[in-house]
Amino acid sequence: MSSLDNNAQYPVGEHPNWEPPVSNVGVIGWMKHNLFSSRLNTILTLLAIYLLYTVIPPVVQWAILDADWVGSSKADCTGEGACWVYINVWWKQIMYGRYPDAELWRVQTAYVLGLVGLIPLMIPNFPKKKWISAYLLLLFPFMAYVLFSGDNLGLKLVETPLWGGLFLTLVIAITGIVASLPLGILLALGRRSNMPVIKTLCILFIEFWRGVPLITVLFMASVMFPLFLPQGVNFDQLLRALIGVALFAAAYMAEVVRGGLQAIPKGQYEAAQALGLSYWKTTIFIIMPQALKLVIPGIVNVFIALFKDTTLVSIIGLFDFLGMIQLVNTNPDWLSFAIEGYVFAAVIFWFFCFGMSRYSQHLEKKLHTGH
Amino acid sequence: MNNPDPALFGSAPPKPSIWNDPFYRSLFFQFSAFVVVVLLGKYLFDNTTENMARQGIASGFGFMGSVSGFDVTSSLVEYNASSTYGQAFLVGLLNTLLVSAVSIFLATMIGFVIGIARLSSNWLIAKMATVYIEVLRNIPLLLQIFFWYFAVLRPLPSPRQSLDMFDIAFINNRGLYLPSPVFGDLAIWVLIALVVAIVAIVFLTRWAKRKQDETGETFPLFLTSVGLLIGLPLLALVVTGFPVHWEMPVLQGFNFRGGLTLIPEFVALTLALSTYTAAFIAEVVRAGIQAVPKGQTEAANALGLRSGVILRQVIIPQAMRVIIPPLTNQYLNLTKNSSLAAAIAYPDLVLIFAGTVLMQTGQAVEIIFITMAVYLLISLSIALFMNWYNKRMMLVER
Amino acid sequence: MKFFNSLAALAVLGATAVVHVASAATLDDVMKKGFIQCGVSQGLPGFSNPDEKGNWTGIDIDVCRAVAAAVFGDANQVKYTPLSAKVRFTALQSGEIDILSRNTTWTLTRDTSLGLNFAGVNYYDGQGFMVPKKLGVKSAKELDGAAVCTNLGTTTELNMSDYFAANKMKYTPVVFEKADEVVAAYDAGRCDVYTTDRSGLAAQRLKMKDPDAHTVLPETISKEPLGPVVRHGDDQWLDIVKWTLFAMVEAEEQGITSKNVDDKLKSDNPATKRLLGVEGDMGEKLGLSNKWIYNIVKQVGNYGESFDKHVGPNTPLKLTRGVNALWNKGGLMYPMPIR
Repeated sequence: MSSLDNNAQYPVGEHPNWEPPVSNVGVIGWMKHNLFSSRLNTILTLLAIYLLYTVIPPVVQWAILDADWVGSSKADCTGEGACWVYINVWWKQIMYGRYPDAELWRVQTAYVLGLVGLIPLMIPNFPKKKWISAYLLLLFPFMAYVLFSGDNLGLKLVETPLWGGLFLTLVIAITGIVASLPLGILLALGRRSNMPVIKTLCILFIEFWRGVPLITVLFMASVMFPLFLPQGVNFDQLLRALIGVALFAAAYMAEVVRGGLQAIPKGQYEAAQALGLSYWKTTIFIIMPQALKLVIPGIVNVFIALFKDTTLVSIIGLFDFLGMIQLVNTNPDWLSFAIEGYVFAAVIFWFFCFGMSRYSQHLEKKLHTGH
Repeated sequence: MNNPDPALFGSAPPKPSIWNDPFYRSLFFQFSAFVVVVLLGKYLFDNTTENMARQGIASGFGFMGSVSGFDVTSSLVEYNASSTYGQAFLVGLLNTLLVSAVSIFLATMIGFVIGIARLSSNWLIAKMATVYIEVLRNIPLLLQIFFWYFAVLRPLPSPRQSLDMFDIAFINNRGLYLPSPVFGDLAIWVLIALVVAIVAIVFLTRWAKRKQDETGETFPLFLTSVGLLIGLPLLALVVTGFPVHWEMPVLQGFNFRGGLTLIPEFVALTLALSTYTAAFIAEVVRAGIQAVPKGQTEAANALGLRSGVILRQVIIPQAMRVIIPPLTNQYLNLTKNSSLAAAIAYPDLVLIFAGTVLMQTGQAVEIIFITMAVYLLISLSIALFMNWYNKRMMLVER
Repeated sequence: MKFFNSLAALAVLGATAVVHVASAATLDDVMKKGFIQCGVSQGLPGFSNPDEKGNWTGIDIDVCRAVAAAVFGDANQVKYTPLSAKVRFTALQSGEIDILSRNTTWTLTRDTSLGLNFAGVNYYDGQGFMVPKKLGVKSAKELDGAAVCTNLGTTTELNMSDYFAANKMKYTPVVFEKADEVVAAYDAGRCDVYTTDRSGLAAQRLKMKDPDAHTVLPETISKEPLGPVVRHGDDQWLDIVKWTLFAMVEAEEQGITSKNVDDKLKSDNPATKRLLGVEGDMGEKLGLSNKWIYNIVKQVGNYGESFDKHVGPNTPLKLTRGVNALWNKGGLMYPMPIR
């Protein structure tokens, strides 16, 4: 009985159940389908493998195998690879700038307070989300400000020029996005308004801020703003940068919100009108809850862009995450470790941005309840 | 029931009071918004002029005609230290436009390749494209510019040890040196030939399209176009007896003299801008292609078209309608991002005009105003052009 | 709705506002807020440089400290704003800072059309060239065709243009916004030459990988009188800063140091008595306490002490007094009589 004889003739209905050919299943089958399905694909695959071979081993060698991890001074960096000791030694400056050592617990407490609110919100079906949101939006900013700045409740004043590092980057990005949201919503409503003057003003505002580079906005905010105000009135430098960032972000936010508004079916407006609701009641109770839900991924994307753009404040002399790393790079005792500094910055930025973009994609899928 | 109750259906609704009349209300809101904006503008303007007058800060645009007194690294037009601030402005503007245009071109090329690669049936290629996108778009551009600048600069040799490519081109840490063409009088015919070739291609494209629409026959348009573009100017060259010679870069003293120079700042900025923006364009392209219904591919397959033809003739033309608006945004972002040039000493508008000129004259208000206006104008032009292109590509609904 | 709320973490915005309304007189303004806002460099060893704690040191810092000592009797009542060369004048014009003490060259254009006044000179400098030793260049006259790295928005840019044109040489300028970027690019081999004030060359050299591999060429191509700057139109404040500078030099001339200043209070020399406020009302004429110079010398030191401590031969910068010596020792430091 030669069951493997391909050419054997079997009576109808009595063909034995053979295993599929080895070349079509398992690892080999997968490779055949996904890597070597045609001549072109084979060439591409081989090229790609060669590229990976030339890039990955040296990087791993430098960043991990040959790297120095422990120590406290330049002398501990003896290997050929990266000197992560450098990041270790300057960790505090890179994370918090020149915030006084004794007061660091205040920043850390605020981080914890923020996460306490943020994490439950990201868990689906967590109860009492409205209250948590209210805490984050109203109570937390107040607490964070008191903690960061001090000068009351027995806390020592910590001036904004001492703020720096990743801490300052977070402050700028998060303040920017929170402040730009209400402004962006108003602008989006204005742009869709049927009052020509309001509409024109909103369009002009949005297109102006979207048309100019952030760096000129920051420059204007940091050095020219005081010229615009009456003599002697002046703001903190950080606050001026924050105003610039918030106005800039508001224009982008307005366009995102407008996208959401456009997606709301006309029937919703008509139904609200039929119920006798006023414009603001319609907007607040009917339209906005639906539109904002739609644009959450868009808002996260604006936030990611803003988070990356905060690096520009180093150009106007604020020592944010990147600015602090550049400052540390020029320390005479620690020269020639600039690459480690920049790589560290890139990795941290990447983790933040990648995490957020994944979260936004996840939301997008969850919200995609249509066809 | 022929006569409805007059209490419910009055002949005319009662006229609302002026306060509740939507027309007057909207008029009132608009008027007050307008007044507030005007007053705010006047307030800021008055403060600024008063502050400037009190401190004796010079104002006005007269400085544009004064002699600048500084030199720039590279310029597309004739410029030296005795040129005016106005000319310095022009140098910066042209450099900004140059780096933006080159980067837009490269970013589009790379972006389309990566975007299509992400949808490749080859698992490894698709994954590598994904990694490219996720890595590049999640790291701040400023960091990437620094990376490219020092990555380009460090490994290159000093001018005296330049990498020599057949004695024609040289690479060192001062830039890439290429021979530059010097045109004789008769070279104008080569230019004319080039123009003729381009015009011919435009007409040929229309003719080929009509022919295909009418008879279904295809015409090897791409090859013919390339042939025309190269052939006609070449013919002109031969006929006029090669009125072009090449000026070679020569090592002299510290560096090469003569020829064309691509400074490392330009190379680094172009690389950073185009690879970064390409990551975003790739996502736009992917979304565009995925927006084309799968039935289109299947139908094309059923017609027996090959995969390359399907991509070029069926998928991309339909995907373009989805791609163009977000692509426009990417172009705008790239142009604005080119202002980061200042971080690595590329002499763009921000570095030369909002940097050096501002410093020498101290007229921050005027200069920042001009700089912002120029970027607005560039953004507006790109947006208008892309809108026009979008209209052309739009599906004609019947 | 819930998500955008969740993004709301820090609304620091309205609350951080440190709004202050001031009168035209900087002195009143400064008195009211209790400190002097001083614009300094982003890090130039010897002139104004922060350590990792954010404590600033340098001779430019000492000018600000001296003014604070004169005004408040406490040299520590100063806050520092690090400024790039590009934004420094705008920051002063706009009132963000009270004094700009950031190795700034005194020129006619800056004095007139920028709405600023220079209060004096605390360091006489000149522009020089630094080259890698391995280039084998001995004179600036050999720099034809060189690529030159420098800072944006400085007199340096104009001087080198003049110098190369006058000597009929060609060059390629490579201009960076931050001094640290210039150093990094020069160190990476982007340029043959690094040019800035000679003191700046000595300071920035410390930030290079191998400071000894570079040499400063002998030519000085310009005059760079560096000094503190104040806003135009406030003569009282200008006087205070100007005479603070003179007081530091005068103290050195009379041999009063931070160590012996208490003994000198008992001195019989009428000039010393006048200087330290034992006699006369020099301080009151400026709107200050008569102890102002005592406070300056006691807390900051005289000009020579400041020089030796931050840039002198025993510091990494290793600069000699040169033209910055007192006038009676062959230098240019000539304090106007305090009487």
